[in-house]
Amino acid sequence: MRRFLTVLLVVTLVLGTAGLVLAQDGDPEYGGTLIYAQGADADALDPHMTTLGNSADVIVNVFDGLVRFKPGTTEIEPALATDWEVSDDGLEYVFHLRKGVKFHDGTPFNAEAVVFDIERQLNSDHPYYLEGAYPYAGFSLGMIEKVEAVDEYTVKFTLENPYAPFLKNLAMFATMIASPEAVKKYGEDIFKHPVGTGPFKFVEWVRDDHITLEANEDYWDGRPYLDELIFTVIPNNQTRLLELEEGNIHVMEGLNPTDVERVIENDNLDLLEAPGLNIGYIALHNEKKPFDNKMVRKAMNYAINKEEICKYLMGGQATPAKGPLPPTIWAYDDSLEGYPYNPEKAKTLLKGAGYGDGFEFTLRTYSAPRAYNPVGSRLATAVQQYLSEVGIKANIEQLEWGTYIEEGKAGKHTAAFFGWIADNGDPDNFLNVFFNSANQGSTNRAFYSNPKVDKLLKQAQQITDEDKRERIYKEVQGIIVDDAPFVFLNHMKMQIPIRSNVKNYVLYPTNNKYFHKVWLDQ
Amino acid sequence: MLNYILRRLLFLIPLLLAISIVVFFMIHLIPGDPVQIMLGDKGTAEDAARLRTELGLDKPLHVQYFKFLSNLLKGDLGRSIRNRNPVINEIGTSFPATIELTILSMIVASVIGVIAGIISAIKQYSLIDNVTMVAALLGISMPVFWVGMMLMLIFASRLGWLPISGRISRMADLNVITNFYIIDSIITSNWAAFKSTISHLILPALTLATIPVAMIARMTRSTTLEVLNQDYIRTARAKGLPEKIVITKHVLKNSLIPVVTIIGLQFGSFLGGAVLTETVFARAGVGRLLINGILGRDFPVIQGAVLFIATFFVFINLIVDLLYSYLDPRIHYS
Repeated sequence: MRRFLTVLLVVTLVLGTAGLVLAQDGDPEYGGTLIYAQGADADALDPHMTTLGNSADVIVNVFDGLVRFKPGTTEIEPALATDWEVSDDGLEYVFHLRKGVKFHDGTPFNAEAVVFDIERQLNSDHPYYLEGAYPYAGFSLGMIEKVEAVDEYTVKFTLENPYAPFLKNLAMFATMIASPEAVKKYGEDIFKHPVGTGPFKFVEWVRDDHITLEANEDYWDGRPYLDELIFTVIPNNQTRLLELEEGNIHVMEGLNPTDVERVIENDNLDLLEAPGLNIGYIALHNEKKPFDNKMVRKAMNYAINKEEICKYLMGGQATPAKGPLPPTIWAYDDSLEGYPYNPEKAKTLLKGAGYGDGFEFTLRTYSAPRAYNPVGSRLATAVQQYLSEVGIKANIEQLEWGTYIEEGKAGKHTAAFFGWIADNGDPDNFLNVFFNSANQGSTNRAFYSNPKVDKLLKQAQQITDEDKRERIYKEVQGIIVDDAPFVFLNHMKMQIPIRSNVKNYVLYPTNNKYFHKVWLDQ
Repeated sequence: MLNYILRRLLFLIPLLLAISIVVFFMIHLIPGDPVQIMLGDKGTAEDAARLRTELGLDKPLHVQYFKFLSNLLKGDLGRSIRNRNPVINEIGTSFPATIELTILSMIVASVIGVIAGIISAIKQYSLIDNVTMVAALLGISMPVFWVGMMLMLIFASRLGWLPISGRISRMADLNVITNFYIIDSIITSNWAAFKSTISHLILPALTLATIPVAMIARMTRSTTLEVLNQDYIRTARAKGLPEKIVITKHVLKNSLIPVVTIIGLQFGSFLGGAVLTETVFARAGVGRLLINGILGRDFPVIQGAVLFIATFFVFINLIVDLLYSYLDPRIHYS
């Protein structure tokens, strides 16, 4: 009997495992409608007319760029361009375009279309240039001196200066290519008539309610598995989670830290997690007392318990930052120790800097949660508490977001909370943004200035050799962590709850939602 | 009567002009620059300056106002700064959602409120009176946001009787013509969509009705009590009229005039409550349009939405005034 039971157990186990494997590796199924719920509506569906993540999530499913990110990475692979050459001086990029691709309106995709789409953003004399419409063009394409069609399927970009992250910019949603005929047809209303070459075609947009896309049967990279893809807007985080639990939606963004357990415990839901390409930090104004003193800045870093903040205040949705780069980015220096919590060391440093009795300063904060800070102004209260333990008195000053950002760019703060989300997944997009002295007045909010760092950053932009670039970025990280222009706080994880029957959903470091290869187990 | 209506409508012109001036300068006084909010963490000072120039935000305020006004006279409310959609389109899609919700809430609040108020008054100091008045007090005190969440948890999530959020099922196939989903589904005889629209309206309408229903119940009770103590009621009863006739013919008509005023005024608070209700129940209405506009400092959207709401409010008040003369023949407009 016992033997029989053993056999039975083995058989059950084997069958059970086989069943599991089958369930996991089942062949993708075609068909079905997937509903993805966002917290806010898109503002524009033309790739060049928005900076908003909610718009980008729709755009990456309707459009393609010349190149794209490999799923789940920031590595580049061919998309509308099959291959490319870069000149030795890093100034000329020649792309060979994919043949036989058509936009959703039937317009053929070719070099002319690429040139048209770039010029309508950069050239204010272009007949389809729209005033005040392209908030991202300066960052993503501003380095282009000219773009020309060499022949029907070859396009050549000439840059003003060598700019190594250029290819990554061309994988961003903001540089994806729209149909020139659609731009001509819709004029100023192009923002609500997206026509690309992507895996899904646009069907309708009901403002603040939903955007519907349908499968592009002729997609050059294979028809998507889903028949229909709906982006719906549910502003309230609780309501959105209820809809997911009921199975009325399939994928959602914006999970409250307090609801993580609830998702994990639900058998019908899976929680997808991956490190994000972002950072939350406190910009210490490096030109203002007392933060013009490096020892004080270091003391600030040691005094704050980032582990505790990430684990408890942010509910485990974040990991502590050791330096200016998130750990998953290429060229991240893992050997750096950063500033582990050490209040005693902070006190010693303060004494050494002549602030043995501590000091008082104004700590600026915004109120509402942001993508790199899920708790809003409560973060400032926690930091204030830690600082008081080493004798530093932080007076919190809360400002309305628009004013906050404006005055932050202008440097009116002594210390203020900020954060950054990667645009293109290149270290340049963090280090140059934060620490190049030329970016004071915009993104260099610590007003950090170090001629050596400026020189290194420029060098890294101008060479295309990845190994050399990596070495430079590691050197810059060393200098920056030692100089401590920021209090390096946290990196948010990406957390996306999905229904268990949603298969093959991959998180991208840029946090855009791609649905081409996603299928529903029906 | 017609003269009166025309006069009231003509009065709308200076009123709207005054509102437009107040709103225009008020929203420009709120700190925060739409361009900075749009660019957020990104963008250089040059990007911001360029956008500001191209959007005309660098011009002096009075110049911006007169440009807005001259466009308004041409019937052009401008385009949203944030998404470049014509403001009139934004309002055209969101207003019907709010009107559907508001009118249904209004009906719910008026019917329940008036009935509860009258019963309370007739049975003054009885158990039912006490229960109703405590319930009314609770209704006024509970935050709309919380009521909505609770109704949703009980009736949608736990019991599964009603849908959780949205204006209509996300899988519904409705041919949208007027943007009033009730009307559209009737025109196209799409009864599945009709049913879905109504079921999606019930919880938000109940949520939005909680405060007004309480106000109306309390108002009805006190005015009814006042009327019940009048001499003509005693006379009616002394004549031997059945109580039912006394209540419906003599009490009700006289006690409803102040109630109608309250209902009219409540429309204003309905729109306030709609902001919260629309957020909880994910309904794309004018409340959410306005709040998104304010958060993004989207000046044209705020101006357009406020002007629209003001016009709507004036119309409701006009209807209320006209109702007076129906309820009380002593009131005449000429």
